[in-house]
Amino acid sequence: MSKATFRIWRGNSDDAQFVDYDTEVSEGMVVLDAVHRIQAEQANDMAVRWNCKAGKCGSCSAEINGQPKLMCMTRLDTVPLDAPVTVEPMRAFPIIKDLVADVSWNFKVKERMKPFAPRPPDAEDGTWRMEQEDIDHVQEFRKCIECFLCQDVCHVLRDHKLHDEFIGPRFLVYAASLEMHPIDTENRLEELKNSDGIGYCNITKCCTKVCPEHITITDNAIIPLKERVVDEFYDPIKKLFRVFSR
Amino acid sequence: MSSYETHEYDVLIIGAGGAGLRAAIEAAVGDLKVGLVCKSLLGKAHTVMAEGGVAAALANVDERDSWRVHFADTMRGGQYLSNARMAELHAQESPDRVRELEAWGALFDRTQDGGILQRNFGGHQYPRLAHVGDRTGLEMIRALQDHGIHQGIEVHMENTVVSLLKTGDRISGAFGYEREKGRFKVFTAKAVVLATGGAGKAYKVTSNSWEYTGDGHALAYHAGAELIDMEFVQFHPTGMVWPPSVRGILVTEGVRGEGGILTNSEGTRFMFDDIPELYVNQTADNPEEGWRYTQGDREARRPPELLTRDHVARCIVREVQEGRGSPHGGVFLDIAWIKEKIPNAAEHIRRKLPSMYHQFRELANIDITAEPMEVGPTTHYIMGGIRVDPDSQMTAVPGLFAAGECAAGLHGANRLGGNSLSDLLVFGKRAGEYAAQFAMENGAVPIDESEIDTIAAHTLKPFENPQTDGNDNNTGPYDIQAQLQEKMQELVGIARSQESLTQAIEEIQNLREKAENVHAIGNREYNAGWHTALDLDCLLTASEAIALAALERKASIGAHSRDDFPEKEESGAGKYNTIIKKTDDGEMLVRREPIDELRADLQEIIDEMG
Ligand SMILES: Cc1cc2nc3c(=O)[nH]c(=O)nc-3n(C[C@H](O)[C@H](O)[C@H](O)COP(=O)(O)OP(=O)(O)OC[C@H]3O[C@@H](n4cnc5c(N)ncnc54)[C@H](O)[C@@H]3O)c2cc1C
Ligand code: SF4
Ligand code: SF4
Ligand code: FES
Repeated sequence: MSKATFRIWRGNSDDAQFVDYDTEVSEGMVVLDAVHRIQAEQANDMAVRWNCKAGKCGSCSAEINGQPKLMCMTRLDTVPLDAPVTVEPMRAFPIIKDLVADVSWNFKVKERMKPFAPRPPDAEDGTWRMEQEDIDHVQEFRKCIECFLCQDVCHVLRDHKLHDEFIGPRFLVYAASLEMHPIDTENRLEELKNSDGIGYCNITKCCTKVCPEHITITDNAIIPLKERVVDEFYDPIKKLFRVFSR
Repeated sequence: MSSYETHEYDVLIIGAGGAGLRAAIEAAVGDLKVGLVCKSLLGKAHTVMAEGGVAAALANVDERDSWRVHFADTMRGGQYLSNARMAELHAQESPDRVRELEAWGALFDRTQDGGILQRNFGGHQYPRLAHVGDRTGLEMIRALQDHGIHQGIEVHMENTVVSLLKTGDRISGAFGYEREKGRFKVFTAKAVVLATGGAGKAYKVTSNSWEYTGDGHALAYHAGAELIDMEFVQFHPTGMVWPPSVRGILVTEGVRGEGGILTNSEGTRFMFDDIPELYVNQTADNPEEGWRYTQGDREARRPPELLTRDHVARCIVREVQEGRGSPHGGVFLDIAWIKEKIPNAAEHIRRKLPSMYHQFRELANIDITAEPMEVGPTTHYIMGGIRVDPDSQMTAVPGLFAAGECAAGLHGANRLGGNSLSDLLVFGKRAGEYAAQFAMENGAVPIDESEIDTIAAHTLKPFENPQTDGNDNNTGPYDIQAQLQEKMQELVGIARSQESLTQAIEEIQNLREKAENVHAIGNREYNAGWHTALDLDCLLTASEAIALAALERKASIGAHSRDDFPEKEESGAGKYNTIIKKTDDGEMLVRREPIDELRADLQEIIDEMG
């Protein structure tokens, strides 16, 4: 056992600051374990979200030494312990308390997006036939655990605060999972171009880098969607072709 | 007078896992006003963590499968203590419930001809688990959530219910607090569905999160409902054992379904040494046949690694106790060995078990495509729970329904893997449907305001309790919780006895006194210590029920093992369920209730399946 210092953001939206806590650390521990130990021994009232402790639920998102990460998947042997480890809530959202950010905006964004709308079933028992290779990409998008780390790191939201105009990478992935779903019949391109603000994304790929599920957000979801938007609204020949083929 | 917000509903659903979401969707089909309350954010409930799959006799991979086989498998797995009507409904309806998810956007892995792919799992005779790699729960909860948010359901995220409200005999609503500011809320409702999940947090080594504090069990019990078969707690055979901070995290049975084998420190596949009577005919007697089974050979019988969970867990404990364990007190689970059998094994493993690969690489520095894992039993699931009517899911309290893990009846003495996700869908739907019907047929009842003041005062008590109890004992909530977990692990774990259980009940009483004086620091805003203090009530009630029922059942059957009663049946006692109920003077009372003879047509199915 050795000791390490954790510099944790404490307080609410009115009044908050970093507070240093020394605690015992041992082999195999992750940041969330240290936070829990501090909570149990020194700061009972500390607010922190978690559920699965295995990178499956996307609850424990935070910024560790400035990096957006899941606390439950960040092993202490991957962070330098000779200096205090800073742990703070996601900064692209308002703070509720301590490590808990107000992510409610994300849930509202999803609610206003057009839902899944399947074509009539292929078989009499109400089912559809789909080839595995046709759903591989959509399954990649559906791995999303809604940790919102990509939202946290995207400069359009974080720095420019364009939450009203841009839905952020998470919901572009969501849109892609619906648009590329082999049996979905809805068209979301108009919204993507206008209210969803896909044009704000300038493909910096910061979102892809932080995704704990390793979803290739930019290359596989955003760029193909951008291409579809371009085809739909700016390519007259394709557009004409679409009118005839309908 | 305490201050609170009031929200009025026709149907209130408590819990937003698979069961709660499915119930809410069903209740909202008409134009009823439906409210949904959950302790975490939407989509973070336990259901999201489920890995292996959802059991449904779709017969996509093996056409010999049918609801009849699924029914028989479930009954056998539950050692014939399950409620047969529930097992029947579950087996009949789960295929439709799974297909319906596809209409809501779920994308299961596919068969060659484009249907839903199914995999092998312990105790299921044919490949039956629809799945998405090893993240089936995520797919399921997301499909339900994304569909559910468009059904006009009002969601209260990060809200905890601390008490149900009754007016006379009938349920009239619930009282709770929201985490953010700690403000109180009263939910009025004509019908309430409990879908709060399990109670695994009562144990030290568990795959369950902070949410699993037996809330639904305790809420229902205090409201006058009965609990049934609470002694049956499932210890999943394969949890991580190393490093210490991840001890208990689940390793999906899917690893064994894909060909993973269990070995001891001597390199022996010890599961071949002990195959129970009930399963001899269905189990491979050599490794070669077992391997062929996992690869879809229809003539082969399943390897002993895929025997029911209670049995596999006990075998692992035996190996460890007899000195043949792995370095950190487990046994080895090896999937890497399949490279002897198939080309591109590493690639295959990563594709079939992506989250296991990820979990071990990130948390234990182990590459499961190259090295064996170390695993041991972890508290995983509670088969026992709130007693409900098999068709409607209503409890003994008019207007109070329950579904999912917090309800009981389907799984008997042991749950088969994959039968929980299907349970949530089948009985979640039924609970929603019948709760809606109840709400339509019965008018609203006014709530009893005086009751609310008492509950509110109790909820705030941890702030008023002094910091120490005078004896210099720490009365912090985490401390009490940890002590309870230690005791339950030690005394009410895989091996139990008269002595250990009697001691456990005493310890729980002591801890209850401590919990009465539990102290919370800080204020009401998002205060984890205060929340933990309030959860203690439920955790203690659930723990006491488990221990008391375990004391009552003087036999070793399914997940319940008594060192002092190794026989499966007590001499002279027929098959029975244990029932727990609160007496008028507030005592917890356990009694036995004989199990009715099976309906003739169901008995026939069981006889036929052997
Ligand atoms: C790691 C893991 C893997 C698993 N894998 C499988 C599998 O492959 N196949 C399978 O069939 N089963 C599996 N299971 C079991 C299965 O996932 C669970 O039994 C099931 O998801 C429980 O669903 P539920 O809807 O009953 O409860 P949950 O999904 O746990 O939801 C409970 C809900 O109730 C809420 N709640 C609880 N108390 C309160 C309160 N007081 N007030 C308000 N809300 C409250 C919670 O916030 C939550 O929203 C697994 C379980 C775990 C832990
Ligand atoms: S690639 Fe686009 S969405 Fe992703 S972080 Fe950059 S700007 Fe944001
Ligand atoms: S896309 Fe990745 S980073 Fe973004 S919310 Fe989903 S899992 Fe998190
Ligand atoms: S606790 Fe679930 S992702 Fe970290």
